[in-house]
Amino acid sequence: MSETVIEVRGLRNQFGEQVVHEDLDLDVRRGEIIGVVGGSGSGKSVLLRSIIGLNRPRAGTVRLFGEDMARVSAAQRHAIEQRCGVLFQNGALFSSLTVAENVSMPLIERRGLPRTLIDRLAALKIGLAGLPPEAGAKFPSELSGGMVKRAALARSLALDPDILFLDEPTAGLDPIGAAAFDQLILTLRDSLGLTVFLITHDLDTLYTICDRVAVLSQRRVLINAPLAEVERQDDPWIREYFQGPRGRAAEHAALAAKRT
Amino acid sequence: MQPATATLAADGGRVTLSGDWVLAQAPALAGQVERLRPRLDASTVLDASGIGRLDTAGATLLLRLGEDAGDTARLDGLGAHQRELLDAVARAVHAPAAAPPRPNGVVELLANAGKAVENFWHDLIELVGFVGLILSELAGSVWRPRRWRVTSLFFHIEQTGLNAVPIVALLSFLVGAVVAFLGATILRDFGATVFTVELISYSFLREFGVLLTAIMVAGRSGSAFTAQIGSMKAREEVDAIRTMGLSPVQVLVLPRVLALLISMPLLSFLAMIAGIVGGAMVCVYVLDISPGMFMYRLQEMTQARHFWVGMVKAPLFAFLIAAIGCLEGFKVSGSAESVGAHTTSSVVQSIFVVILVDALAAIFFMEIGW
Repeated sequence: MSETVIEVRGLRNQFGEQVVHEDLDLDVRRGEIIGVVGGSGSGKSVLLRSIIGLNRPRAGTVRLFGEDMARVSAAQRHAIEQRCGVLFQNGALFSSLTVAENVSMPLIERRGLPRTLIDRLAALKIGLAGLPPEAGAKFPSELSGGMVKRAALARSLALDPDILFLDEPTAGLDPIGAAAFDQLILTLRDSLGLTVFLITHDLDTLYTICDRVAVLSQRRVLINAPLAEVERQDDPWIREYFQGPRGRAAEHAALAAKRT
Repeated sequence: MQPATATLAADGGRVTLSGDWVLAQAPALAGQVERLRPRLDASTVLDASGIGRLDTAGATLLLRLGEDAGDTARLDGLGAHQRELLDAVARAVHAPAAAPPRPNGVVELLANAGKAVENFWHDLIELVGFVGLILSELAGSVWRPRRWRVTSLFFHIEQTGLNAVPIVALLSFLVGAVVAFLGATILRDFGATVFTVELISYSFLREFGVLLTAIMVAGRSGSAFTAQIGSMKAREEVDAIRTMGLSPVQVLVLPRVLALLISMPLLSFLAMIAGIVGGAMVCVYVLDISPGMFMYRLQEMTQARHFWVGMVKAPLFAFLIAAIGCLEGFKVSGSAESVGAHTTSSVVQSIFVVILVDALAAIFFMEIGW
């Protein structure tokens, strides 16, 4: 078994009276694409925010690369944060900067890199994310939804992260764009050796690219296993989710795609 | 982490690469690569077997080194995974888009000036068009009480009128006191201290009362109109209003315009009173003009037409401020940044227009001898 890069133990998140997570455990191994699913309001985004340190949990530990994020020094935390790339749900591109400037920004902040190399790297990330070169000079408001996602992906790749966190990357994309984005994530994982933590509602994404699926329900991770195993679970929510009409259609599509 | 190096062998035929070629090493490595490049030729072999970790930054530099030393196929000893990464980078890389040539400074200055003039002209035409639109909608709904939006109207009267009372009163009071001080200092040299009363009453009734109010209202309410309508525009709420068969001008603009038309004269009146009271305080406590004397001179020497000269401008300013505020709101497109830009523009435009109209009005009233 390969090394565990994200290890969550006994996580508890609570907002006022509302308990979102209780005694939640989750492991993510190096190099895998893990899909996190769950109903609306089941705390998928909160889990992501807890892992990357934007949300301080009430209890429990989050370990990234074996380091307990609550105990590390500020410098260590900073170093670990630079190994995580995050793609926010709506892209979170800085609207006053062009795409190329958005991608360059984390590189410029790491002083010492020559400007020519920064421009090269920014152009490279834009290319890796599957955008045409001329997209670099555009402002986020001039991009289509799919291009915003790709530009945000390029920025999250800027510092060559080891783990990529994606919050609903294919939401709001047309099926062609969504399928292309799935393939892009797969290609990047294979060529850059990324670990991908993926929140999604998109059943096609789950069936096509995820190595394992974590189901978030009843305030914890019900199961974290390969898809075939998850489908066999005897839980009403899981059955409804994967055996419903949409789940079946996605499964057929994925099987058909594998046969050809 | 091993420091990354690239060393050229003495015979010039082989470059030995070692260490971790990652982003953290890139600042030092980039210099080495650039220094080595001119000394390489197509026959140079790159020995990459010493490379530990490799990421896209390292791969970019490797490709850069390879550009002159033939191609990357000449790279020896790269692991399978690293080769895959290098290929992915090579496929994705394209030269960064060349920066557009920087135009001549003078030409740019002239071009910007021209653009500004053109924009000004367009803004003016749009404003005139929008004013016409408001008037026609107003005429269309004034006879149909069902279309009146009374709740919205009163809400905006509270926001723009009632809530502005303290700040407008305080500001005018202070300016009144300052004018009295200034006037007294100069008039004392002529032994005409008592004319301070006329100075205060004339200036506040004719100009300052309404002008100070207009500037406060432009900053407080004009900007709020732009931000409110702008954020509704950005979230497609304005389009939603349209699809319901309603007119955005009627729903959003008329209540705001009418509210300002009602609150501005009231606020101006308040500002005049506050300014005169401020001046009176200075007269009574500093200049030894008794309150009775102040009131007597105010009544005897100041004709009511000065009040009307000031007051007649209030609804005019109110209409202009509301129209500019709402129009700028409708010009917002998409982003939150655009809301900010148009809010700024709305305040600048309304204050500019108010002062311009005020100057024209001053000339007009002087010419007709009021």
